[in-house]
Amino acid sequence: MMPELLHDLVADYTLRTVALGSAALGLVAGALGAFAVLRQQSLLGDAVSHAALPGIVLAFMITGTKAPLVLVLGAAIAGWVASLLIMLVVRTTRLKTDTALGLMLSVFFGLGMLLMSVIQRSAGAGQAGLETFLFGQAAALVGDDLVTMAVLGGVVLVVLAGLWKEFKLLSFDAAFAGALGLPVRVLDVALTTLLVIAIVIGLQTVGVVLMSALIVAPAAAARQWTDKLGRLVLLAGGFGALSGLVGAVISSSVPRLPTGPTIILVITAITVLSLLAAPRRGVLAAWWRRWQQRRELQTDRVLADLYRLAAQHDEPARAAHQVDVLQTMSPRAGVRRSLAQLAGRGLAVEQDDGQWRLTRQGVGAGREVVDRGGPDGRDPAGRDRGDSDGGDSDGDHRPDPGGAR
Amino acid sequence: MTDPTTTCAVEVTDLTVAYRERPVLWDVDLSVPRGKLLAIMGPNGAGKTTLIKAILGLVPTAAGRVLVHGEPYTANRHLVGYVPQRGSVDWDFPTTVLDVVMMGRYGTLGWLRRPGRRERDQAHVALEKVGMDVFADRQISELSGGQQQRVFLARALVQEAQVYFMDEPFQGVDARTERAIIELLKELRAQDRTVVVVHHDLQTVTEYFDWVTLLNVRRIASGPVEETFTEENLRLAYGGRVEFLQRQAPADPPPTPEDRDHGLGGYGKIRP
Repeated sequence: MMPELLHDLVADYTLRTVALGSAALGLVAGALGAFAVLRQQSLLGDAVSHAALPGIVLAFMITGTKAPLVLVLGAAIAGWVASLLIMLVVRTTRLKTDTALGLMLSVFFGLGMLLMSVIQRSAGAGQAGLETFLFGQAAALVGDDLVTMAVLGGVVLVVLAGLWKEFKLLSFDAAFAGALGLPVRVLDVALTTLLVIAIVIGLQTVGVVLMSALIVAPAAAARQWTDKLGRLVLLAGGFGALSGLVGAVISSSVPRLPTGPTIILVITAITVLSLLAAPRRGVLAAWWRRWQQRRELQTDRVLADLYRLAAQHDEPARAAHQVDVLQTMSPRAGVRRSLAQLAGRGLAVEQDDGQWRLTRQGVGAGREVVDRGGPDGRDPAGRDRGDSDGGDSDGDHRPDPGGAR
Repeated sequence: MTDPTTTCAVEVTDLTVAYRERPVLWDVDLSVPRGKLLAIMGPNGAGKTTLIKAILGLVPTAAGRVLVHGEPYTANRHLVGYVPQRGSVDWDFPTTVLDVVMMGRYGTLGWLRRPGRRERDQAHVALEKVGMDVFADRQISELSGGQQQRVFLARALVQEAQVYFMDEPFQGVDARTERAIIELLKELRAQDRTVVVVHHDLQTVTEYFDWVTLLNVRRIASGPVEETFTEENLRLAYGGRVEFLQRQAPADPPPTPEDRDHGLGGYGKIRP
């Protein structure tokens, strides 16, 4: 199956075009999306892509053509106007950003749907195909579209690289950028414009409804794997491109599987995987750390128990104790595993009679844990004073001398 | 250039900032002589942060003029360094300590130029000064509050400015960091630089600063600490609460979220 797909990818013109186009839009959307997510403007992508719809329809109504460049231009203008209006609303009214975003999204999208139904009624067959912009139709991509996407995407990436440090500072600390004399407002508009372009080149393939996922998801996934802005942007672009490519190939090999939604499912899978499995920020890593901590705590507790028992003898390293005793001291299980771990670290040894004692090293380590007061300072110490000093310590004592002999 | 011995480090005239018709700063005049440590003090919502931001051109002003070393601020911007409030940025941003400090050079670096070895060296020197060089490659998300503040100071140091504006640099830092910061400020003063600090703690004013400006929307008083930091002026700035404030050990309650919001929203709470 794999070699066949690879062969198709090279030989099949349609598949090649769709796969390349999807990869390109994934790359650009991912890279720009990283900045949108860092600036806490994840929803801006959603608003802009929905707002592009009336631009597409109006561009068609005015020019009467469905040439990709014309429609993309219409989409870009509408998306850009919407994003500027959002900035304006936030700056001049008391409305918060999320409200302004929601407002523009619904107003523009509603207008787009309205215009669409108007031309559907009046224009006859000429308008057919515009509704593919809702969910995208990658299969319709042709060479011309690819050139448009490559040129626009290339321009976006070049500008992003050229203004890298300015965009970085703007995203991290806009007030400081202003104090340095950087034209913050111009940079803000510039970065937003790049985002708008990144979005509109994806609309034909993925559609206005799903495009925002390609903005947000690659960045969210990439953030899990790196703590450096440069790598974050590269990785987000890479994830976007990969999902475009894989999505296109999968949808071509399964009959009637639409490309846009498949791409989104692929990037979603990458994101879920990253959220779960990333080494430092991942959910699994967090679980693993917590589990390990608990185990270490348990081992320290057993070590402390052994030390406390041993400390009651003249020669601590000679005193041995039964596992049962240790189990009563820390009843929560795992005593044997902790003992095995201590043995592995050379801190405790099991005698031939099955009793355990600390090594010289173990005595030192036990004293350290007890002095630190760490995990056992609270729990076993309390028990020492309460139970052990009274009934328990007698119980502890009795088997010891026997064991030592 | 004007005669350096006579011109002030900062000269503010008639500065007025309004936020939806409410004045946040009203007709503020301020002159700061060179080589002084100046504290800007006043109750929450008095406009301390706004004053700094207005001087730096970060908030729109309704009226006023700002001179830095005798020239309009925009002409002498390169002489000015800035330490914003620590809480004003997202410390989970994916970048390192060294990278943040190098941002202090972005203003003079010019378009299309990336920071290089020279900028890295400058950043290391500044980090050394604030005792943070061992953290140079650390993620900023892993820093404590005091360390964050030191990083911001280092970023301002690489600006190599003559006049520094610092917004609550002592906010939420431990005693050791506070001492380290004040030593640094005194070192800057020894080099004849000027430092303007938004300050909260009434107890430490006489110990730390030469000059003080008391602010409550209007300028209440401004001058050398020994003449200006009087009970009467404090009462004028803080209202009747001043005795209470002086008795309480950290003098001011922690700023409310509104206060952080450009120091604008808290205006309603002022009881003159």
